[in-house]
Amino acid sequence: MRRTIAILLQNPLSLLGVTLVTIVVLSAIFADFIVPFPDHKGAVVDFANFNKAPEWPYIFGTDLVGRDMFSRIVYAYRISLILGIVVLAIAVPIGVTVGLVAGYLGGWTEYALMRVTDVFLSVPPLVLAMSIMGVLEPTLLNGMMAVTAMWWPWYTRLVYNITRAEKEEGYVLAAEVIGASKLHVIFREILPNCVPAIITKMTLDLGFVIIIASSLSFLGLGVQPPTPDLGSMVADGAKYLPDSWWLTVFPGLAILAAVFGFNLVGDALREILGADQ
Amino acid sequence: MSPVVRLLAHRLGMSLIVLVGVSMLIFAIARIIPGDPARIALGPNATPEQVENLRQALHLDQSIVVQYGFFVADLLRGDLGVSLYTNRPVIADIAQFLPATLELVLAAGIMMIGIGLPLGIISARYRGRWPDNLVRLVSLLGVSAPSFVWAVILMLLFAFFLPIFPIAGRISDIYSIEAVTGFLLIDTLIAGNVAAFGDAAWHIVLPAFALAVSGIGQAARLTRANMVETYDKPYIEMARSYGFPDRRIANRFAFRPSLIPALTIIGLDFAAMLGNAFLVEAVFAWPGLSRYGVAVILRKDLNAIVGTVLIISATFLIMNIIVDLLIAFINPRIRHSQRPA
Repeated sequence: MRRTIAILLQNPLSLLGVTLVTIVVLSAIFADFIVPFPDHKGAVVDFANFNKAPEWPYIFGTDLVGRDMFSRIVYAYRISLILGIVVLAIAVPIGVTVGLVAGYLGGWTEYALMRVTDVFLSVPPLVLAMSIMGVLEPTLLNGMMAVTAMWWPWYTRLVYNITRAEKEEGYVLAAEVIGASKLHVIFREILPNCVPAIITKMTLDLGFVIIIASSLSFLGLGVQPPTPDLGSMVADGAKYLPDSWWLTVFPGLAILAAVFGFNLVGDALREILGADQ
Repeated sequence: MSPVVRLLAHRLGMSLIVLVGVSMLIFAIARIIPGDPARIALGPNATPEQVENLRQALHLDQSIVVQYGFFVADLLRGDLGVSLYTNRPVIADIAQFLPATLELVLAAGIMMIGIGLPLGIISARYRGRWPDNLVRLVSLLGVSAPSFVWAVILMLLFAFFLPIFPIAGRISDIYSIEAVTGFLLIDTLIAGNVAAFGDAAWHIVLPAFALAVSGIGQAARLTRANMVETYDKPYIEMARSYGFPDRRIANRFAFRPSLIPALTIIGLDFAAMLGNAFLVEAVFAWPGLSRYGVAVILRKDLNAIVGTVLIISATFLIMNIIVDLLIAFINPRIRHSQRPA
């Protein structure tokens, strides 16, 4: 663990990644103390200062009802991160368990589980989430459900492939020979060997969840106003290009910065943990 | 050829099973809808009688299994029902909007392969030196933003700031091209109108590139990763010791075996563009499935939602089969094997 962190901080690119991730996470947690206008996360109207180009104290400009873009972007980070963490906290255990069981048990269980997984993987991720959001009311909670529903199969496929390779290894055979239960072999013997790959994928996925969630709200199918969200900010601002460029450019770059950070860290982790799946 | 034919039959069979699964999944999602679709379709002023009539016409008064049965029977006749939003058959709506989306996705796919693979080759060949670092940085940036962000940035830079490309649409209003295939780049050529073809091609550059950016990054990253691994193999060292030039080693001996694992993922990415096309279409006012898809979702138009998702999934599966066949043609181990891979 300590070695991993040390290596992370040595390479300039992964250092940049760690820095970006730290800034995003800390600003999301301490948003109330950092932003100049904490009340602008809600439905506030300030027509005296509407649609202003970046100038002090509005470093990223103001939106069409006079709210500070910088404050809203920081609060949007908080919502994106909560969404990402909740999605992964639900999707990863489900996907990993299905993958372990399918890969280890084989036979009909494997066939049935992997075909169900194929079904989910056969709908473009965004389209599946869109159709779920289509029938549900567009709220933050439903958005999480929609993204979770499309996320677990990717972990199933990842863990399934590892499990199929691992179950031929000597240590699994050894456990089986001394009479370990299937549960023990799956969760105590095989699962620990999947962990590096899972952690690497989770780091990369935090970025991708932000991308998908912002895409949903960009289409008007995700988090609803006045809750700040990077995707819907870009969508609202796009109508006013090129004159009010700050309405789209800053939320867009905010997505890029956060996801880039998670990707840099994920890539570095992949190299360090040797989990090249 | 026979192993490839067998592979094709195997993949078609699998895809059919998956497609049946997708239809059940989408159907189930569409029927857990809160609220009464008939009521939503008719609006608040409809009488209870009218609502009840529509419910019966749509078989909404029967069990979900019976409803699915009706749905499959209609589907086999090529009937996806009537859209409650446009009052037209869903299949006609999709036939009108799908070609524009496919044209965009295909153009983006060509860019993804035409730019992404060479970048990956360069990166692997100059591993650890500045071209490698540059390509790795750029490709990581590429995968780090959704396509609508790239669309907005590209539009701002190359349509507003430097007005090189058109801001929106598929073709300038001065041309009226008869729709034969629905693919403008083909229809303009059929019409023999070279100027219109050029205009349409000029319109597709920015949206297609915005859609392709993350795919290009992904393709470059995968190609590089696989080639770096191949470079460590003994036969590359042997080729070096025989004195083959670096360029030839890279393009021939290292690239071809590396392409195979990369292609599988690239195929998935290619197909994922079908979803991301929704985002790019929204920015560039591209008259594809996007506006229709979002509109029917917001109006809870069941038939249209199910139809759109089903058609997109079928296209997705077909693309994956094509990629698998491509891999089979490239990979002699599959081409000559006795068992389907």
